[in-house]
Amino acid sequence: MPRPLETAEHPETLQRVVIEPVSRVEGHGKVTLLLDEHRRVQQARLHIVEFRGFERFIQGRPYWEVPTLVQRLCGICPVSHLLAASKACDAFVVGDGPVPPTAVKLRRLLHAAQVVQSNALHFFHLASPDLLFGFDDDVAHRNILGVLQDRRELGLQGIKIRKFGQQVIEILTGKRIHGTGSVPGGFTQPLSTEKRAWMRAEIGHIIDWCAQTTDLARDLFLQNLPAHGDFASFPSMYMSLIREDGAADLYDGGLRVKDADGGIVVDHVDVHGYEDLIGEEVKSWTYMKFPFLRAMGPEHGWYRVGPLARINNATFLDTPRAEAARVEFMAFGGGKPVGASLAQHWARMIDTLHCAEVIAALLDDDDIVGTDLRATGTPKQEGIGVIEAPRGTLLHHYRINDDGIITHANLIVSTTHNNTAMNEAVRQVAATNFDGRALSEGLLNSIEVAIRAYDPCLSCATHAVGQMPLRIELVDGGGELVDVLCRHEDGVVEQLAPTSTPRHWPPSGGAP
Amino acid sequence: MTTPTTPSSPTTPTASARRLRIASCSLAGCFGCHMSLLDIDEALFDLMPFIELDRTPLTDIKHVSADGVDVGLIEGGVCNTENVEVLREFRARCRILVAVGACAMYGGVPSLRNGIPVAELVAEAYLREGLFSPQVPNDPELPPLLKAVLPIHQVVKIDVTLPGCPPPAAAFRELIMSVLEGRAMTLPPADRRFD
Repeated sequence: MPRPLETAEHPETLQRVVIEPVSRVEGHGKVTLLLDEHRRVQQARLHIVEFRGFERFIQGRPYWEVPTLVQRLCGICPVSHLLAASKACDAFVVGDGPVPPTAVKLRRLLHAAQVVQSNALHFFHLASPDLLFGFDDDVAHRNILGVLQDRRELGLQGIKIRKFGQQVIEILTGKRIHGTGSVPGGFTQPLSTEKRAWMRAEIGHIIDWCAQTTDLARDLFLQNLPAHGDFASFPSMYMSLIREDGAADLYDGGLRVKDADGGIVVDHVDVHGYEDLIGEEVKSWTYMKFPFLRAMGPEHGWYRVGPLARINNATFLDTPRAEAARVEFMAFGGGKPVGASLAQHWARMIDTLHCAEVIAALLDDDDIVGTDLRATGTPKQEGIGVIEAPRGTLLHHYRINDDGIITHANLIVSTTHNNTAMNEAVRQVAATNFDGRALSEGLLNSIEVAIRAYDPCLSCATHAVGQMPLRIELVDGGGELVDVLCRHEDGVVEQLAPTSTPRHWPPSGGAP
Repeated sequence: MTTPTTPSSPTTPTASARRLRIASCSLAGCFGCHMSLLDIDEALFDLMPFIELDRTPLTDIKHVSADGVDVGLIEGGVCNTENVEVLREFRARCRILVAVGACAMYGGVPSLRNGIPVAELVAEAYLREGLFSPQVPNDPELPPLLKAVLPIHQVVKIDVTLPGCPPPAAAFRELIMSVLEGRAMTLPPADRRFD
């Protein structure tokens, strides 16, 4: 059933307004608004207009290429894909056996560093101009250079927090972006005592800066109440990884889903059962799918992921300063999950502070300079890896054949989980703010502010493949597909063998 | 000991009459090149008196200014008709157009899809078993996909290339400094390799 404002009945009679590209986010998206003669919105959609094809084109490649190949999905959070793929591909080396503790800790360190850098990038470089200067600030000024100009110390602090995260990544993987280090079965190189000492010397003031930024994000939200609290605020469910004891865990654990009142819908779900938990809906107007809890269906089963979900879901955080901040955040919501889209900036900085403290704790652990880095075991032919990427739950699923060649791949990335929520945020702002007043740049930016709160990584979300202008299927009386015609964008019509269609996919045999 | 690299701050370039105007975009890329540009870290602050940002993912300017900019940075290859339009806008309005990184130069990882029929790609994503309302997204708002991911030089003329996946921050800094100082760009071997 269509949601209110998702689909207008007579779009041909309405005025089309487009925001393209959505800016200060990563990747390619656009928003279309259809307005009636009273300048009220009748239809509002966030379209993801690009795709890649990773799930298909990595088939036929050896699994050991996969982690470094799929991290090219995203240059902002490459480590997320490196680690989710490594975790999934661990099964192809160690089976159900363990990866050495030092390797796990190095991966955790790498992951925490990346959350710090990615969250800092989002808060300072992308979102802060809206929060510091207002949604309708001058376009020429509403960017990171404007922040550096007006709030020099703050802007530089943000750059330095991000820089530290990138430096840790470089230490562990050789490069700040698209390095190597984590591999199926473990990690490639140990951490030297010198570099550990350097990081330990730096992390103290990084934690302090993250704590200061958490306070700033909180104050920006609370000082702008009720406006920021009401802006794109709606109830939803929340999904994230959770440790056995209920602590938020960004690297491992089971899935927890809470409802809008804080009731636990499911808990500690083994990620290997994700296909039973999560379904995906396809819509004609966007390349990004819409995940939902199968048990509740697409209309009611949608949820949010990311820092807001992690903080709303956690029973506690296992580091002291972040836990104190979480308690304060939850007190604002009266113990119930906070549903305001703009509260995500506050939650995101608590998340950042948490990861900075996690870095300190990992560096204090002598295991981190251990040299037992790789394990072997009895390999399996199917692997699933799930982590909490900066933007939320990230899932990689692969199967291989006897030669170690990928035969099946499925990726559900963080931003995709938030698809319904981002569209809901767009519709809320459109319904509230487009009340007949004249269109202005600032008004249009308010739509983008709502999207930006989700820190969408639209590049990640476009890993899925394929649209074409026209596809015709001939089905015989028995329901069997007998012919497929495809017209390409250049007008060339191609006849495709029915065997190349999904009904015969994935190929039988191959994987268990 | 060696601490991680940070490009040093730029020396004060010769004062120019006006700031260097820079535009950038990511086509079929991952934004890693843009992140590497930001890896100049605090040097961004030092560059502020000498540059201004036009259309980039970091600003809300949606089109390259009609009166033109000095440098256009293109990340990513060309995968759909919208990429073609954006690339042509950049070519028309940028004095120096730069192919940044492996994807813009050669197509890169996304071009691994080249050679696989589009219909097969589509089927894998949107028609496979288990999906709710499987269908091929076909709304007019979605730009049609090209049959292959192309390097940008197959669509427009380019002036400069920055190799790497991504090019290191030092290469971006050298590019900007060389244009500011009106000299040829020189990259040491360490800053012009792919991995």
